[in-house]
Amino acid sequence: MIELTGLSRRYVLGGETIRALDAIDETIRSGEHLAVMGPSGSGKSTLLNVIGCLDRPTSGSYRLDGREVAGLADHDLARLRRREIGYVFQAFHLIPRMTALENVELGMLFDGVARNERRERAVAALERVGMGARAHHRPGELSGGERQRAAIARAVVMRPRILLADEPTGNLDQASGRAVLELLDALHEQGLTVIVVTHDPGVARRAQRVLVLRDGRIVRRMPAVELRSLDEALAGAVP
Amino acid sequence: MKSLDVFALAWHALIAHRRRSALSLVGVSIGVAAVTLMTAIGQGARDFVAAQFQTIGADVIAIVPGRVETSGAIPGVGSAPNDLTLEDARALVRGVPGVVRGTPLVLGNEALEWRARRRDVLVLGTTAEMLELRGMRVSTGSFLPAGDWERGSAVIVLGAALPAELFPGEEPLGRNIRLGDRRLRVIGTLAPRGTHLGVDLDQAVMIPVATAQSMFDTRSLFRIMLEVSSASAVPAAQRTARDLLTTRHGEEDFTLLTQDAVLQSLDRILNVLSLALVAIAAISLVVAGVGIANVMLVAVSERTREIGLCKALGATERDVLSQFLAEALLLCVTGGIAGLGLGSLATRVLAWRFPAWEAHAPQWAVVGALLLSVVVGLISGAWPARRAMRTEPVTALAGRRA
Repeated sequence: MIELTGLSRRYVLGGETIRALDAIDETIRSGEHLAVMGPSGSGKSTLLNVIGCLDRPTSGSYRLDGREVAGLADHDLARLRRREIGYVFQAFHLIPRMTALENVELGMLFDGVARNERRERAVAALERVGMGARAHHRPGELSGGERQRAAIARAVVMRPRILLADEPTGNLDQASGRAVLELLDALHEQGLTVIVVTHDPGVARRAQRVLVLRDGRIVRRMPAVELRSLDEALAGAVP
Repeated sequence: MKSLDVFALAWHALIAHRRRSALSLVGVSIGVAAVTLMTAIGQGARDFVAAQFQTIGADVIAIVPGRVETSGAIPGVGSAPNDLTLEDARALVRGVPGVVRGTPLVLGNEALEWRARRRDVLVLGTTAEMLELRGMRVSTGSFLPAGDWERGSAVIVLGAALPAELFPGEEPLGRNIRLGDRRLRVIGTLAPRGTHLGVDLDQAVMIPVATAQSMFDTRSLFRIMLEVSSASAVPAAQRTARDLLTTRHGEEDFTLLTQDAVLQSLDRILNVLSLALVAIAAISLVVAGVGIANVMLVAVSERTREIGLCKALGATERDVLSQFLAEALLLCVTGGIAGLGLGSLATRVLAWRFPAWEAHAPQWAVVGALLLSVVVGLISGAWPARRAMRTEPVTALAGRRA
């Protein structure tokens, strides 16, 4: 369970303070499938980064399964990122000089998993996303959809409980995007908490619940089935 | 993260940028090679000079006229030094306990002639004791006759190179040969000895000291050499000899030389020289380090996204730090080992080209050069690695240069 209380993230940019997140209060249940929407600059990516321990809140509280995360040291944050949280990025972020298999192994490397076990688990993870045959290809030799599937394999190989995806289909064509979304759905069904940041209502509708952000605040919470378009959601928002 | 994995990953990254890695590697290896080569040259020079002086013998005292040490007197003022004479030499041999043998030495240059052949040679006027004292060996015939030093018989002993040069295909023994305006009978030839203190003994001739004195019209000696029973008896003999000669001359107008003293002062000079050589070589290693630091900085900013990703995947700051340190270290150690190979190759070429030099890098230099390259790696990697460590994952993933 993710509990955010009065969570704020401010940047100082050119002498001006930007409130990327402004006193967010929200609870996300374990096993929930959540979509976060909003116009660009609304703070939805920042929210995902703070939840993923990639960014630290300026103030407020972030409790993960009852444990306060905001003040943790680098070592403990790294362990959370390693074991509890998986990421999928819009730009895939695979290391180009490594094969898909080696990319998937990377997280286990940081966790000190032995070489043989690493290989086994990476192969299994790639097979689960239908990439078993492409394991020894470098990212440059893979299509966008294949790269994102390899990235998903990397995100889940440490068996995290939370999967965070930032515009996972943003760089993909329709068919590859659908395959990636089906993978995320399947992972949710296996019990993962899945949080997807998107501006695409078609993606958001696959979730259970939608948060709509504007100017660093949550302006609307709604069941995903009620979502028709982002503009409509924003229009109906209570500021 | 396991340290083996750290190095495997670092190696992976270096291979991926092999051209850049190779260039840094070349820098380090040249630096290390320079250090080993320079130490080898320095060591070779020391060995060479030391070997030259060692032949004085640890148990030999040499007495030369004049005071060598700095004194308070204004140069030119005060009495001129007395000559060293044959009587001085005899008195020293008789009067200093522990002296086994001694010999006077007169030095000069003269033309040696046999039929149409003529050659300028170094003339050593000395006595029979010289043979034993300097460890020389006779090849044919005999050395200078033992007995009265004052008796200037007309005999000559030739250095090893001279028979072949002056008497090609002939037997020199028994021939009357012209040295300056004298006719001398060849009574012996010496075994090869080689260059010694800049004097090529193979090209020199030996004649009785009295003959030399009358030939060069001098009573003074170039030096007196005393052989003491053992090296440990040298200091005591040195004191007695100094007192004895001071009494005879009325003042200390001579200098006593021992191998120890000469070697010590030489050693000081050569040490400074070797250090200077090594320091110059070490500068090239530092330059190589700067090159590596530069390459690593480029690598860090180039791989900002990768660093962000690694952090997102759960790498700790320490993991990132050790990752880049390991890369710098691998570069330097590989470069260092290549440099040792290069250095020993260069040393071998040197030894082959100048056999007398006997240049070889001492063990401490080899280990030291390798250690130095490790230190250079750590220092030049530290700053870029710290920058990498401090990179915030969010900024890094956004691809912004922190």
